[in-house]
Amino acid sequence: MEWYLPVIWAALIGTAVALYVVLDGFDLGIGILFPFAEEERERDQMMNSVAPFWDGNETWLVLGGGGLWVAFPRAYAVIMPALYLPVICMLLALVFRGVAFEFRWIAHTSKGWWNFAFAAGSTLAAFSQGVILGGLIQGIAVEDGQFAGGAFDWATPFALLCGVGVVVGYALLGATWLVLKTDGTVAQRSRRQAEFLVLAVVALMAVVSLWTPLAVERVATRWFTLPNILFLWPVPLVTAFVAFAGWHWLRRGDDHGPFIAAIMLFLLGYAGLVISNFPYLVPPALTVWDTAAAPASQIFLLVGTLVLLPIIIGYFVFVFWIFRGKVREGEGYH
Amino acid sequence: MDLDPVLLARLQFAFTITFHIIFPSFTIGLSAYIATLLIMWIRTGRDHYHRLARFWTKIFAVSFAMGVVSGIVLTYQFGTNWSRFSEAAGNIVGPLIGYEVLTAFFLEATFLGVMLFGWNRVPRWLHVFAAIAVATGSVISAFWILAANSWIQTPVAYEMRDGTFHPLDWFRIIFNPSFPYRFAHMLNAAYLTTAMVVLAVGARYVLADRHYEEARTMLRMAVLMLAIAAPLQLFIGDQHGLNTLQHQPLKIAAMEAHWDGSKPGDFHIFAWPDEANERNRFEISIPRGASIVLTHDPNGLFPGLTSVPPSERPPVLPVFFAFRIMLAIGFIMIAAGLVGAVLWWRGRLFDTDWFLRPASWAWSLGFIAVIAGWVVTESGRQPWVVYGLMRTADAISPVPGASVATTLALFVVVYGIVFAMGIYYINRLIVRGPQGGGIEPPQRGLPNRPITGAEEGGREALAGRG
Repeated sequence: MEWYLPVIWAALIGTAVALYVVLDGFDLGIGILFPFAEEERERDQMMNSVAPFWDGNETWLVLGGGGLWVAFPRAYAVIMPALYLPVICMLLALVFRGVAFEFRWIAHTSKGWWNFAFAAGSTLAAFSQGVILGGLIQGIAVEDGQFAGGAFDWATPFALLCGVGVVVGYALLGATWLVLKTDGTVAQRSRRQAEFLVLAVVALMAVVSLWTPLAVERVATRWFTLPNILFLWPVPLVTAFVAFAGWHWLRRGDDHGPFIAAIMLFLLGYAGLVISNFPYLVPPALTVWDTAAAPASQIFLLVGTLVLLPIIIGYFVFVFWIFRGKVREGEGYH
Repeated sequence: MDLDPVLLARLQFAFTITFHIIFPSFTIGLSAYIATLLIMWIRTGRDHYHRLARFWTKIFAVSFAMGVVSGIVLTYQFGTNWSRFSEAAGNIVGPLIGYEVLTAFFLEATFLGVMLFGWNRVPRWLHVFAAIAVATGSVISAFWILAANSWIQTPVAYEMRDGTFHPLDWFRIIFNPSFPYRFAHMLNAAYLTTAMVVLAVGARYVLADRHYEEARTMLRMAVLMLAIAAPLQLFIGDQHGLNTLQHQPLKIAAMEAHWDGSKPGDFHIFAWPDEANERNRFEISIPRGASIVLTHDPNGLFPGLTSVPPSERPPVLPVFFAFRIMLAIGFIMIAAGLVGAVLWWRGRLFDTDWFLRPASWAWSLGFIAVIAGWVVTESGRQPWVVYGLMRTADAISPVPGASVATTLALFVVVYGIVFAMGIYYINRLIVRGPQGGGIEPPQRGLPNRPITGAEEGGREALAGRG
């Protein structure tokens, strides 16, 4: 039990973070693409396509952060101080883009300002998340179970590149979401943007995938030694195939395929990260077992999670189903 | 420059949590109010309930968005600013927050979409269900958050191992000694806060001769709520105080600025607590008032601040004054409820200017009282973060003061902008008023003021008969 519980929790939190990345990814992506819309009614249409969902989507971030605290308090207590500035930066950016959803509809003269807040907030939040990811992968200085580094340890070219990667990736999710959920000029433009973004995402994924094992020996060992390499070589291949499929669907005019391909790309990248880093939660010092909460605490919340998570996913799906179909220009909820 | 990281971390947390609590205090009550309006609309078929529900839903959306984004910040700040606390108390406080996310946050956030955007998309019953789900979610959320907060105020059912708290009995942890009082007090406070806002908006419209039916319904509902919940709050608060005396006597000593425990305590209507000299200046007091309230005996004794060394005392000034502010507002609300009820009974509720004018300005009172109350309970438990067990100074993260100072400045700027604009936009929505109304109001103050059907409907619905 002492061995399994932290693994189960790592899987649960991993699932929550994956869901967050995909779900909030597409609505942050819409913010990232906001400046490229030409007319106000196009922006209205873009925002309307995510307005009923964004709040629920963002809740997975709370579950990710809260879950980390519950299940791995010692990891939470190291990661947050170590990545203090990017974490706070992300939170402030989320404040701006979150209120923009409501303020924008009421504002008259300052509407442009909230367009900017929505776009800049979404982009900065995505960038910060990438930097947090990069900062984690490259490793955190730990002594006696406490963060022992400086305030800017995270600020490396690698982490900044990860930041760019997440921005571009979310933009792809957003663009393919718009292909799925809108029509007219917005859908057409999104399709063109997505074609470019697929290529950019693949390029960035390749760079990060090569850079990581070169910079971090632990990752190189994981991927390139026997027998691991025998099992792992299909991962990049499948990724390339999915990217091609997404690009092909975009060209062919398919509405659903591109979004599914974009999600698959994210999940594959995510799987790659898990393969590189498991069982470390705070590489290179702390594993899931080092940082686990008391078994009594992990079990207490696990029971509730196993009951509640399917219910939550159930009503999530239900709400997405209620608001199914395309959002047309001029069709608003407000 | 030498920056005190403990003070900065506390300032930052105090700022972000004060900002945050404004919105839940409002949205807990408002979601329940909207759900009530929708239920009344379905049961009576009267359209003005529908217009009111739509109107308040717009305001709710703006407030809820601000509450959500500032709430996410808090989930992460435990780690960014209080990592040693998170590590030590994570085993116990963590799961309570986790349950809040799973049982409440998701429920609210998901059904909010249906509630805000489902007007023409889903059947009426489903829309009402979504509103009820959001209102229920907000109560469940308060339940877990207050359970967590109460546990660090009155920790029980734990065991210390290597400087970490380990849980022994989850039921006792959740229903810890101060929890039932704090939960009841906060929930009721949220409903009162909303009632004051609804009262103010209703009064504003009546005075301006706008939204005839809607304004009258709002006034009646708010007065009814205040007349019941405000006196109830006095009772809950009193019980909460007795509970605090039992578990955190020094907080009570600071609330009453009571220094010497060997003498009965006076109730100071005003005083300037002088912490350096351990006495009060400029006292205006009801002799033995505090002893009577707290021990029900004019000669009753309760611990004074000097019973512990200064390093273990809470800051007296903020606790003392915040308590008085909360108390004063509590009595104003009781008065508003009772006066309003009498005027309603006499049929003068809608043409008594000396009641309506102050009422139309009173929207902020509930918020001030809630913040003051939290200042009392949070400052009053200092210098402890887990009461009697872990000092606040030992709870902070190993983060340089400069980082905390920088982000504090950013929080002040960002929240300042968001808050100012939020208030401005909410005011704009209120100025615009409920939309889609049909008949314009008859003039206010006419003799033989007609008792409209809506008025009767409202009264019946309020009495619970629909």
